[in-house]
Amino acid sequence: MKHVYLDHAATSPVHPEVIEKMVVAMEEAYGNPSSSHSFGRQSHSYLNQSREILAHSIGASPHEIIMTSCGTESDNMAVLGTAQQRKDLGKHIISSQVEHPAVIKALHILENQGYEVTYLAVDAKGRISVEDFKSSLRDDTILVTIMYGNNEVGTTMPIREIGQYLKENKHQAYFHTDAVQAYGLVALDVKELGVDMLSVSSHKLNGPKGIGFLYLSDAVELPSLIVGGGQESGRRAGTENIPGMAGFAHAVRLTKEDQEEKRQAALDDGDYLMSGLDRIGVDYSINGEREHTIGHVLNLHLHGVDASQFIIQLDLKGIAVSAGSACSAGTVDPSPVLVAMYGADHPAITESIRFSFGLGTTQEDLDYTIQSIEKILKK
Amino acid sequence: MSDNSHIRVVVGMSGGVDSSVTAYLLKEQGYEVIGIFMKNWEEKDENGVCTATEDYQDVQRVAEQIGIPYYSINFEKEYWDRVFTYFLEEYKKNRTPNPDVMCNKEIKFKAFLDYAMDLGADYLATGHYARVERDENGLAAMLRGVDTNKDQTYFLNQLSQEQLSKVMFPLGGMEKSEVRRIAEEAGLATAHKKDSTGICFIGERDFNEFLNQYLPAQPGKMMTYDGEIKGEHHGLMYYTIGQRKGLGIGGDGEGHNDPWFVVGKDMTKNVLYVGQGDQNDKLYATHLDASDISFISGHDYPKTFKCTAKIRYRQKDVPVTVHLSPDQQTARVKFDQPEKAVTPGQAIVFYDDDVCLGGGTIDVAYNHSEALQYV
Repeated sequence: MKHVYLDHAATSPVHPEVIEKMVVAMEEAYGNPSSSHSFGRQSHSYLNQSREILAHSIGASPHEIIMTSCGTESDNMAVLGTAQQRKDLGKHIISSQVEHPAVIKALHILENQGYEVTYLAVDAKGRISVEDFKSSLRDDTILVTIMYGNNEVGTTMPIREIGQYLKENKHQAYFHTDAVQAYGLVALDVKELGVDMLSVSSHKLNGPKGIGFLYLSDAVELPSLIVGGGQESGRRAGTENIPGMAGFAHAVRLTKEDQEEKRQAALDDGDYLMSGLDRIGVDYSINGEREHTIGHVLNLHLHGVDASQFIIQLDLKGIAVSAGSACSAGTVDPSPVLVAMYGADHPAITESIRFSFGLGTTQEDLDYTIQSIEKILKK
Repeated sequence: MSDNSHIRVVVGMSGGVDSSVTAYLLKEQGYEVIGIFMKNWEEKDENGVCTATEDYQDVQRVAEQIGIPYYSINFEKEYWDRVFTYFLEEYKKNRTPNPDVMCNKEIKFKAFLDYAMDLGADYLATGHYARVERDENGLAAMLRGVDTNKDQTYFLNQLSQEQLSKVMFPLGGMEKSEVRRIAEEAGLATAHKKDSTGICFIGERDFNEFLNQYLPAQPGKMMTYDGEIKGEHHGLMYYTIGQRKGLGIGGDGEGHNDPWFVVGKDMTKNVLYVGQGDQNDKLYATHLDASDISFISGHDYPKTFKCTAKIRYRQKDVPVTVHLSPDQQTARVKFDQPEKAVTPGQAIVFYDDDVCLGGGTIDVAYNHSEALQYV
């Protein structure tokens, strides 16, 4: 059976060159970077080189990069750490209704601890308004955490406007953005965006799983959530994941060398898929938009199609896509993002499919997908 | 072995050993097997985790072991509308419903069967202990499972010819012990998992407490037909005809130490009638009326015929004479010997030797000319 992977927003295939780099790192650099012998120094040099590349990719300094195990840890650290550090400055946080659970669930913990969270609503395209943000901002706001681009519909948020507003007003609030989805597709510069913290993850851009980082600007101080040795300048304990960092750094290097072309290719893939659907007469509409979008995500409302069954039918033809959010018992639960965009009773909630494109997506894959969709829907 | 690789079979996998072995056997026989877990009930624990999670994880483990794709699908709405609503309605009428019969009829072998067919399946297989035999004309008959202790035809009595034509019960010809042995030998993760008991959506919880969440209980008097008050009942729906335990009354202290039984209910007066001794007249029915009669063959039956019948699961069937109404939808069923605790709401299922003919729902029980006051 043919296999077509159109779920790059969930996770992405590891680039073959990244695998090579990681194997070499495991062979060459097994010493503990904290050790003061040649083996340790060898590993330490891997650490430094990797951190350099990662910092450079977002216009930061190497010491502003805290390595973590994943995007979720980065988000948790930013949200929970800020609250803990700044509880005397206020207890108000601004976020949005469409954040990743790594942020939302951390905020729920804080709400239980007496923090007050304003979840900014989104419009039907999945975007918050800067005006809403401004009117929600208070003197006691200590954190603003808004994702750069949404994982389900791809819509990007007005991060730069928010960052600039906070900086111009010299507001005390730290500004965090979850850029896990956007990092691989969009050029990000932390200074230009005006963010204090930024979360990313390696496996979304053809790097290995199990590694991510949190950018922490010089201006920000956070307590360590994981304590132990003094790694990451005392901000995140635990022996460093050297092969992970080496692979991650190389994936970033590969991504950043022709990022704009890759983003355009992903956009073209989406357009190609839609033109195919038009040709075979599928009735659909776009969830999100094609203007303010990360690029690799195409979320479609297929009118009258039960998405939970449709993804099974596609899987039986070897095509991997996703829908809604998975319950722990494996069923597809309604997507909170689509609910925030349309309300709970809208047909799009149960009739939407996310396609996401990336490394290795070919026109042949898309043709096969269009043919398969035709077969499934015309049956 | 014949080439079954182009025959797609969806297996309803619950995370138990029976459905695990069902999937395993079909995979061994070369079918294209797809495992599907049905989530019929929404219940989250204090951490917000679906209580179905553990069972689903067992499905995952087994499906990975035998190498088949697996999915989880949500039938909560269908289950609520077509099974749970019926379940509550029946209790409101003080009847004792059989949600498993309804679940098989409306969910597993209707909504789920349709779903499987939409996925391009040729058959739906489950781990039920029942056999399907097809004659040369393609007519399907349903026979008791070979393991008489486990036979589940009672719960499957409402299946139609059309439904049966698309189902497989690979365990029908096996003993439960053999199923366990196969699971063990194949090293399936569920080989030693305990069989589930009780009604699926209630699980191990206290039944009365569960019911009380949905139907407010109305306590009332517990008395004998002679007018003697024996105590209080917690709500008529909590009691079933013939029930002995949980009444809170013992012998009368004058040498009549026979146990007490529920022998009747009066909904208008909200009275629960109890009687002493298991030979109490009110406990025995000579005949009953049943509705929703359905025959598996799909053919009409003679107006009057003899067969055997089961009025509850795990009870030997007894000889009866069935008198069908002209439209074959209802029946009066006469027992050769009076039958104890005939319970309105439960299924009556007809058999000809090993063949399950079909069945219906018990509405009224009679002792000779007297309709027993059971609801």
